[in-house]
Amino acid sequence: MEVTQEITIDTPKKETVEVSGSVALLEALITEGVETIFGYPGGAIMPIYDALYDYNDKLQHILVRHEQGGIHAGQGYARTSGKVGVVFATSGPGATNLITGLADAQIDSTPLVCITGQVFAHLLGTDAFQETDVINITTPVTKWNYQVTDAREIPEAIAKAFYIAKSGRPGPVLIDITKNAQIQKFDFEGYVKCNHIRSYKPKPVVRHQYIEQAAQLINKAKKPFILFGQGVLLGSAEQEFKAFVEKSGIPAAWTVLGAGAIPTDHPLNVGMLGMHGNYGPNVLTNECDVLIAIGMRFDDRVTGRLDKYAKQAQVVHLDIDPAEIDKNVKSTVPVWGDCKETLPLLTALVEEKQHTEWLAKFNDYTRQEVEAVIEKELNPTSGEMTMGEVIKQLNDLTLGEAVIVTDVGQHQMVACRYAKFNKTRSNVTSGGLGTMGFALPAAIGAKFGTPDREVVAIIGDGGFQMTCQELGTIMQTGINVKIIILNNRFLGMVRQWQELFNEKRYSFVDIQSPNFVTLASAYGIPGKTISEREDLPAALKDMLDQKGSFLLEVMVTKENNVFPMVPQGCSVSEIRLK
Amino acid sequence: MTEQITDKQEYNITVYTENQIGLLNRIAIIFTRRKINIDSLNTSPSEVDSIHRFNIVITETEDVVRKVCRQIEKQVEVLKVYYHTNADVIWQEMALYKVSTDVIAEKVSVERLLRENGARAVVIRKDYTIFETTGHREETDNLVAILQPYGLIEFVRSARIAIIKDSDGFNRKLREFERLEPGEDVMENEYLNKGEKVFTM
Repeated sequence: MEVTQEITIDTPKKETVEVSGSVALLEALITEGVETIFGYPGGAIMPIYDALYDYNDKLQHILVRHEQGGIHAGQGYARTSGKVGVVFATSGPGATNLITGLADAQIDSTPLVCITGQVFAHLLGTDAFQETDVINITTPVTKWNYQVTDAREIPEAIAKAFYIAKSGRPGPVLIDITKNAQIQKFDFEGYVKCNHIRSYKPKPVVRHQYIEQAAQLINKAKKPFILFGQGVLLGSAEQEFKAFVEKSGIPAAWTVLGAGAIPTDHPLNVGMLGMHGNYGPNVLTNECDVLIAIGMRFDDRVTGRLDKYAKQAQVVHLDIDPAEIDKNVKSTVPVWGDCKETLPLLTALVEEKQHTEWLAKFNDYTRQEVEAVIEKELNPTSGEMTMGEVIKQLNDLTLGEAVIVTDVGQHQMVACRYAKFNKTRSNVTSGGLGTMGFALPAAIGAKFGTPDREVVAIIGDGGFQMTCQELGTIMQTGINVKIIILNNRFLGMVRQWQELFNEKRYSFVDIQSPNFVTLASAYGIPGKTISEREDLPAALKDMLDQKGSFLLEVMVTKENNVFPMVPQGCSVSEIRLK
Repeated sequence: MTEQITDKQEYNITVYTENQIGLLNRIAIIFTRRKINIDSLNTSPSEVDSIHRFNIVITETEDVVRKVCRQIEKQVEVLKVYYHTNADVIWQEMALYKVSTDVIAEKVSVERLLRENGARAVVIRKDYTIFETTGHREETDNLVAILQPYGLIEFVRSARIAIIKDSDGFNRKLREFERLEPGEDVMENEYLNKGEKVFTM
């Protein structure tokens, strides 16, 4: 046997080139189609940066001002482009500064590959300078992580990293590379992309029996209701989703991250779900007979009190991640799989219908909400400006074509509620983690991810001060990001809760701000502050007409509350209009 | 609250994994995140070359166990997770007992007690003797109680290992995993067909 084997093995020796681990890494990134890297150098990642010096024409490196800014930029890039965001950071503090972004990307299923430098392998465990146990620190907040201590592992580790980050339910991956591995030379046989890991099954097999059961339930339903989330975007299944909605004629409501999967103005798009979502979708969740959840995970901000959530309904749950099925809401029919594959199968089996009376119910609730909340938020005639009217006037100018990047808090909920989205991948926000400081760096990344689109960051006065150092990144790269600060001189969302639930005991929500326009101008970014309603249309237009970045600060009313609201611990049908 | 407590019982979680540094931590934090105590944990190479097998015992409700198992199976280097009640597995723990050889030599009753409890001498020295038993927790505990009055010097017990009664092993399954397009058997959730009794995804 051994003799025959030796005879049959006649593969020509692969051509190899001797390269350093750092060069192998950069070659791997190029083969993966990476064009842009967000990063910050430091001691333990210097060999990679040294190699990068010669790759300036092939890889664009964006020097951020803080690693957290780097990773949020990577997230913004991934969210608008649909590609994997790539982030470089050094060991120790560089790596620990990535944690918030990793946690954010993990909970919002954003594909990232983060490369961190690490101390020399022989120093691991010795409390060396800038040594941190990055693998263990990042384990709970990564889809996968791996430490490379030998340059020969780099091609395979990077190949697996990209495959894992973008396949199945996407997520962040971190590769920690010790300095010796970055320097070490080895015979590089070329880079082979990964398309299979035996222990990893990104997509569950689609079982037709469940598609059939789901279709039967849907066809029999009198009051069916669709909830859709980011899974539709992540699966690039917007067309398949639209076809399903239009054929079945079922009203559809979105989670914050699902916004834009079908246009805001689509007649079957009935609005936003959740704590600050629309009136009808929340109330009617507890009235529908069949609930069809597509690429969403029943977050507690969507469900409110779980034991009073859609108890009357049969639940069809489409998701690519088996761990999401029955995690929060028990499903009657689980449809596991990529909705890009499962939706067309389902569409083929559902009857073409119109649920006119049922849809009219949603419209009734919309009318009540317009009367009680929306009209005075979007079209106030007296008093100080509202956040809602800024978004409305922005819609009038961008016509739903812009990418809207929001931070976290009241302005985020207002922007998500009222911004128009005609295109997919237009709403970039920190949904699951609720990371203040996300918007400015994410907007920078979003712009690099989709350079031809207008990118507007909408940020509160609090969140802006968390990562405003990234104005430096805008200055240095000269990119065009429009920044709107909705300044209510409060940490508004916490203040709202303190007003409603803590008897107006305003504990540390009164935040002072610097002169934002002067701050921007220190970075060479023009800006303007307005506080009068009549200045708003022209100010927004001037901002959008600028060739480069611009900061517009709008002074809005101090103590406005975001309504409707499902108070914590309440059922979705107990949503309050005031 | 009382209802919840009575719903809880011991579950034996069997995890087939790649042999990868850091995977133990990745699995352990899925329990600690929900503040679940791991009663027993054993990890060792399985019958299949390069595949490791974890046996984890926790006391929880089935609902929680199922969710935890799915989150474990989601990990990139985990191939397969099963969970079973004690009735569905054959399980053993091993215990070692160190007692003074003088005591055994002097007291005939001790020798008899050891024999009655299925203990086997592993080492006999002039100063001490080490006995070994295997069995369920109560059995190994029982011998501790028996030996205590005779000056038990030291005692140690292993984690639980458990064999699944209704299992064909992992060799055939692994071949499926190595294919680019594995069959439904590997990919899907058999509990949907078999009811709640046996869980596998």
